[in-house]
Amino acid sequence: MQKISAYILPVITAAIILFGLLKRIKVFDCFLSGAKKGFNSAVGLLPPLVGLVLGVTMLRESGALSVITKMLEPFAEISGIPVDVLPLAVLCPVSGSGSLTMFEQILRDFGPDSLQGRVASIIMGSTETTFFAVTVYYGSVGIKKSGCTVPASLLADMTSFVLSAFTARFL
Amino acid sequence: MINYIWAFMVVFSVISSIFGGNMQVLSNAIISSASDAVNLCIRLGGTICLWGGLMEIAEKSGLTDTVCRLLSPFMKLVFPKMDMRGKTAKAISMNVTANMLGLGNAATPLGLEAIRRLQDENPEKEKASADMIKFVVMNSAAFHLIPTTVAALRRDYGSENPFDIMPASWLTSATALAVGLTAAFILIKITEGISCRK
Repeated sequence: MQKISAYILPVITAAIILFGLLKRIKVFDCFLSGAKKGFNSAVGLLPPLVGLVLGVTMLRESGALSVITKMLEPFAEISGIPVDVLPLAVLCPVSGSGSLTMFEQILRDFGPDSLQGRVASIIMGSTETTFFAVTVYYGSVGIKKSGCTVPASLLADMTSFVLSAFTARFL
Repeated sequence: MINYIWAFMVVFSVISSIFGGNMQVLSNAIISSASDAVNLCIRLGGTICLWGGLMEIAEKSGLTDTVCRLLSPFMKLVFPKMDMRGKTAKAISMNVTANMLGLGNAATPLGLEAIRRLQDENPEKEKASADMIKFVVMNSAAFHLIPTTVAALRRDYGSENPFDIMPASWLTSATALAVGLTAAFILIKITEGISCRK
């Protein structure tokens, strides 16, 4: 299984190019024209990214995250989320790289097969960084009114936190 | 919404720092965050070019049509009004596929392409359309069929069976996705109702 997952990316890349060759497409020319379009959209991403990274870095470095975690502890006890995993749950919607570091820390401290390790693994496997998705996607096309995107996404995140504590025990 | 959350993040951090007494750390963090963002942008830029190029080949060769057809039952459920043969549906299908395969690096560039096409069809350029909201919710509660990164890390830290969280992970992310999308459906209906009455 671990070997299979390493095959995914190389096989897909080769398959796309081979399929193009079979259809008699000038694959490299085609690749360049697509990549060029991509480059133009990458430049526009810098402003939303600067804003997002500022907010996330400040939250992490100021200790504000541990304050929020402390406030949420009573809820964790009710829902069955291990208190040690709570910082990860708080960080997950905000920062992708931050939650990855936190995830590794949990794996190191408690072991991947402990309850904490399993809950953390399930959370990591079932959520994406909500604020990254919202700022980057909307920022790239200049959407200012996000409507109900954030509440709906956070509700999905919350569902996965609460449910992960349950499925980690019974599945 | 984002405006308030962003402001809260910054102000709350400064307040916590006053009580925590680590203002110098926070001060350094603000300066370094700007250059961190540039690094992130450059890294992202590379993958965007890579997948933009591969996507172009896949589209010209008709590979995306096949993927789109495979996903069309799910797509019709989430985006009932969308033309399943159009470019937008294809781009969203590719993004969903990348998410399912656990290729986070590819999902973002493919998603950016999808949101650009959604914006072309959007009548109000500053306001997110219903399809955009559903698309972004879908991406923030992504369904991973194969949790590649998580399994690799579990193995590195000595798990006896790195992949045994998969059923639990499927159930959790599928439910989260369903809850997020249902909430989006309902909230969109409510806000549309309000704007109609005005």
